[in-house]
Amino acid sequence: MGEDLKQLIINYVKREYLEEDADQEITENTPLISSGIVDSFSMVSLKTFLEKKLQIKIPDEKATTDAFDTINNIINLLKEFIKE
Amino acid sequence: MAYSTKAKEFYTSELKGMRASGTFKEERYIQSPQAANIKVEYPLGAAPKEVINFCANNYLGLSSHPEVVEAAHKGLDTRGYGMSSVRFICGTQDIHHELEKKLTEFLGTEDTILFASCMDANAAIFDVVLDKDDAMIADRLVHASIVDGIKLCKAQLYNYKHSNMAHLEEKLQEASGCRLRMIITDGVFSMDGDIAKLDKIVELAEKYEAMILVDDSHATGFMGKHGRGSHEYYNVVGKIDVITTTLGKALGGASGGCVSGRREIVELCRQRARPYLFSNTVPPVIVAAARKVLDVISITTDRRDKLEANTKYFREKITQAGFDIKEGVHPIVPIMLYNAKLAQDMAHDLYGEGIYVIGFSFPVVPKGQARIRVQISAAHEQEHLDTAITAFTKIGEKYKILGKKKEEIIQMYGL
Repeated sequence: MGEDLKQLIINYVKREYLEEDADQEITENTPLISSGIVDSFSMVSLKTFLEKKLQIKIPDEKATTDAFDTINNIINLLKEFIKE
Repeated sequence: MAYSTKAKEFYTSELKGMRASGTFKEERYIQSPQAANIKVEYPLGAAPKEVINFCANNYLGLSSHPEVVEAAHKGLDTRGYGMSSVRFICGTQDIHHELEKKLTEFLGTEDTILFASCMDANAAIFDVVLDKDDAMIADRLVHASIVDGIKLCKAQLYNYKHSNMAHLEEKLQEASGCRLRMIITDGVFSMDGDIAKLDKIVELAEKYEAMILVDDSHATGFMGKHGRGSHEYYNVVGKIDVITTTLGKALGGASGGCVSGRREIVELCRQRARPYLFSNTVPPVIVAAARKVLDVISITTDRRDKLEANTKYFREKITQAGFDIKEGVHPIVPIMLYNAKLAQDMAHDLYGEGIYVIGFSFPVVPKGQARIRVQISAAHEQEHLDTAITAFTKIGEKYKILGKKKEEIIQMYGL
């Protein structure tokens, strides 16, 4: 997992949520939802992407806005579902 | 009694949190009919103040139109006050059916079903027509009522960057394995006043065999040459499969909404839509008045023409005054201030000048996109618009933002 996964999510967030000409930097600690980059409605794209890419199922009750607020939080959540 | 101290304290703390974060909403009491000039009690207990209303959805100025009010009176006299029943038991009168027919003709669709509100229509429609094997592909800025309707439906959700057709196409490709696909958008987006690119959406829908649903609440009655809506504006009448819209804005502004579109979809709504099956519909008095509204706007386009002229005039003058506005053609005119406190303070000062407008900030609009939303009406006369321009200019000077662009305003006031 680790770096590869982090980069995978960063790339997806940039492509999926930022406009093509945006110069905003996204790191593992950038607030995504509380900053308004991703809202609770569009968060579904990220969840579906991770589920398909990693072949897991994240239950809705675990997919909270807190759990998805930073890439670090997301990686911590994913650890529950990915077998090393 | 099970309303425990714990429950009371919990709710009190929730409300306190809203007040502290600035999201607590307060009502202002209007002591006159809805119109361009209104009398408002604000703050509560203050002497009523005469102001010009620039924040109503009274686009065509029909909320208190004499012919509409007279039709409402007649409806009350001839069909009574309430129905005391849902539609399919004994809650349907001839005038409900007639209004549905008039809406169908006006919108250029195949059939229409009334709901108690467009909120109800949006809450109902997705669960009626889509299931877990289907896809809902929604613009990310759709109205909250659509978001709620989507949550009630088991279909798979995809959403695309606001009005980004390339991203929509990606999502249509992603959803290609689904049984049915529906593209979901507002016709006009209520915060920016921008219009969905329905011509492009129709092209993509045809290419990927997807249905289209448009919530046209901020367009029905005045967008397009005859005011039919955003589909007429983009010359795609007959190509939108489902239109949801409201009687609560341009069409008299009382309440009520509808689903209008493909015959089978409307018929399924009559069988399955839960807000339709388990709630009374629009009361006779509103139905009678709404029929008159459709007559008034079908006979002549004077009102939508006046709204268009007023909008053009206001947009030109406010830009010349030095304000930074979101460009467009819609009577929603967002005056961009970026900073939430600046938007609130200016709206407050404008109220002092007799101009009733509201400042909007996060979470209603994205962070750093605070603005005052001005809504133009056919009820406004040029003197109303000129008074507003003068007041805006005075307050704009006070805050030294006239002629300033986004970066300069942010530099002065922060985000």
